[in-house]
Amino acid sequence: MSFCVNFPLFCVVACLLCAVISSVLKDKAARLVSMGLTLAVLLCNLFLLIYILQEGSSVTYLMGHYPHPWGNELRISILEPLFCLAFSCVLLLCLLGGRKHIKDDLREEKRNLYYVMADLVLSSLLVLSYTNDIFTGYVFIEICTLSSCGLLMIRQIGRTTLASVRYMIFSLLGSGLFLLGVVVAYSLTGQLLMPSLKASIASIYASGEYRTPLMAAICLITVGLCIKSGLFPFHFWMPDTYGCATPASSGILSGLVSKGYIFFLLKIIFDVFGTEVFYASGMQNVLYAFGACGIVVGSVSALRENDISRMIAYSSAAQIGYIYLGIGISGNLGVIAALYHILTHAMTKPALFLAAARLSDTAGGARRFKDLQGAGWANRTAGAFFTFEAFSMIGLPLTMGFISKYLFALAAFRTGVRMILTLVVLAVSTVLNTLYFARTVIRLYNKQETELRPCPMKKQASYAFAALLLAGVNVGCGVFVRPLLHLLSKGVDLF
Amino acid sequence: MKHNLRRWLAQWDAGELDFTAKTASPELPQPRAETEWSKEPVRRLERRQAAAFNRIYPVLAAILCTVMIGFLFFTVSELPAFGSSDSPAHNEVTKRYVEQGMAETGAVNTVSGVILDYRAFDTLGESHVLFTATTAVLILLLTAQEEAEPKQQREIMQRDPILRQTAKIVVPLAMLFGIYVIFNGHLGPGGGFAGGSVIGGALILYVVSFGFERLEKLLNLKTFRIIVLCALCFYSLSKCYSFFCGANGLETIFSAGTPGRIFSAGLILPLNIAVGIVVACTMYGFYSLFRRGRI
Repeated sequence: MSFCVNFPLFCVVACLLCAVISSVLKDKAARLVSMGLTLAVLLCNLFLLIYILQEGSSVTYLMGHYPHPWGNELRISILEPLFCLAFSCVLLLCLLGGRKHIKDDLREEKRNLYYVMADLVLSSLLVLSYTNDIFTGYVFIEICTLSSCGLLMIRQIGRTTLASVRYMIFSLLGSGLFLLGVVVAYSLTGQLLMPSLKASIASIYASGEYRTPLMAAICLITVGLCIKSGLFPFHFWMPDTYGCATPASSGILSGLVSKGYIFFLLKIIFDVFGTEVFYASGMQNVLYAFGACGIVVGSVSALRENDISRMIAYSSAAQIGYIYLGIGISGNLGVIAALYHILTHAMTKPALFLAAARLSDTAGGARRFKDLQGAGWANRTAGAFFTFEAFSMIGLPLTMGFISKYLFALAAFRTGVRMILTLVVLAVSTVLNTLYFARTVIRLYNKQETELRPCPMKKQASYAFAALLLAGVNVGCGVFVRPLLHLLSKGVDLF
Repeated sequence: MKHNLRRWLAQWDAGELDFTAKTASPELPQPRAETEWSKEPVRRLERRQAAAFNRIYPVLAAILCTVMIGFLFFTVSELPAFGSSDSPAHNEVTKRYVEQGMAETGAVNTVSGVILDYRAFDTLGESHVLFTATTAVLILLLTAQEEAEPKQQREIMQRDPILRQTAKIVVPLAMLFGIYVIFNGHLGPGGGFAGGSVIGGALILYVVSFGFERLEKLLNLKTFRIIVLCALCFYSLSKCYSFFCGANGLETIFSAGTPGRIFSAGLILPLNIAVGIVVACTMYGFYSLFRRGRI
């Protein structure tokens, strides 16, 4: 066994240590620690991914001296390092690109706490991806909930407190349902480690006993994680949450935290229930239906908004709908499309939030479209990146958004009866996406009578660098699709 | 028709169609006087909507809760009977914990053995949940102002002789008991979480009866942070070492010792102490922050 497989343990412990140490540091030192940590996690996961690809098989890593079903474990296959790589990359760029706003929006004595929370979010994302134990997952879901609330309410204007109360209620509802589901599964099987759980559940399912509790466990766990990630009927916390937080937090919450929960749900579907039992329960149809509704409702709500950040937030609700639609298509192709869309959204949405914040800065902090007229000319960098990311959300070729939509359409052809419905939903949502993004972009580049004061390039070097990297990754993954798809399909087989 | 649509689109583009004016305004709505409400026809309509919402909401909530409760009761009634010997939950997992737990971990108290040795990673996460919660409350409530607590109220509490005399007797006893529970965590019922909350309670009782000033010399924000920092760093580093050894098949330097002795069970005793410190600090920190906005 190579030394590489120890990296997940080191990364998690380093995140926890850095979080605790940052709580006594000054804000600049805490920022450097946080960024260095994220970069280190990124590199570790890159090495790990290369190692696993060379080995070609997944590795189980004992957390202590006891194998499953007794002790905690981590599991490393292809998807886990790949997604941790993406998550840490986006987190790093969010912190880098949102630096100015973190500085402006937060009070000085609390700025270091922001980075404490960012480190904790990273640790929970790592564990949610790597864990092989459903209860460890729950513990780190708690950390993720609390720290994302911290990231939200640390910008202390009254509205964020309101938003974080709402977010907290929904999030805790989700955690509670998830915990109930775990309890039911535990009383059925007496297991918490994923491989043993899967074996027990398969044998219980085959014996035909305890059918109701098994279904209840599947429902509770799935619904709990859906609520936490903001699937359609539970997306009402999104606009306030993403709209008022400091832009880096909006990016982290929308691009990473909700995606972490979805990845964990996929892991549970594959590693705990097993696809056979899960598809037999019919939950995928529920996910499909709510995903499809979420796409349409989210897009229509975005269309009705006059506030740029809230519009992007509603568009997030629609994108979450896409991901669940992919999971609901029930088949590896749908799951691959969903996974690819997780990456697309994680790369695109934070960039949009950052750009929108920069643009509204040039307009003197205004966020309504009426006041943003001509902001694209005043801040050319942010305007250009906003336009590019909007193209990616709409799904123009050469961007990741195009490939996502292509994959969803491809998966739709395998769904039989629902093919037409899926294609119609995709088409409608693409039209709606185009409508609201095109309107925003046209507004940004409309000439105004009173010119806005231009924002010089020098003042936003770190933002421009972060946005450039995000856009670069976007184009890279949108053009060189084959290797990434190959990785994803191999990962799904190994899940 | 065509003309209307065009006008509508132009309005939408100009942002004049305000679907969400109320929610989009960055400030919170100001509370209005009752007379002002009735003057505005639009507001009256809104009020009627709000009244309808208030009527429907409890009914819907009650229905939803009843359905949820019924569903959960039904699920529980279908579960294997609690304690029955043939339930699938009685398997090799609990068997090993009960039968070999003492030999493998050195802890007489199986619960401590499970949470701090077999499943130590969960507990590592759990103690960081406490840290996250304290930091989140710190973000929310830490204020720059000197004293959020009304002075008068504080003096009344402190002048109470019954409270002070009782606290003089109870606080040291409670502290001692908390320390006993922590140090005995691997030998009998107890452990870091239980003992830490007893100590936290004793600290709270102390500051209620004698005021914050005396304790502040010992425990201010700086020392508070350093104590938590040391406890959590020790926890993370020692467990990281033991996980690393376990995963790579190495022997650790910590041995199980003789079960029943106070210095036995390897890392469990020091970990219990670390957890106890974190729990006590968290409880005291919550109280202090909610009471006066600082530690």
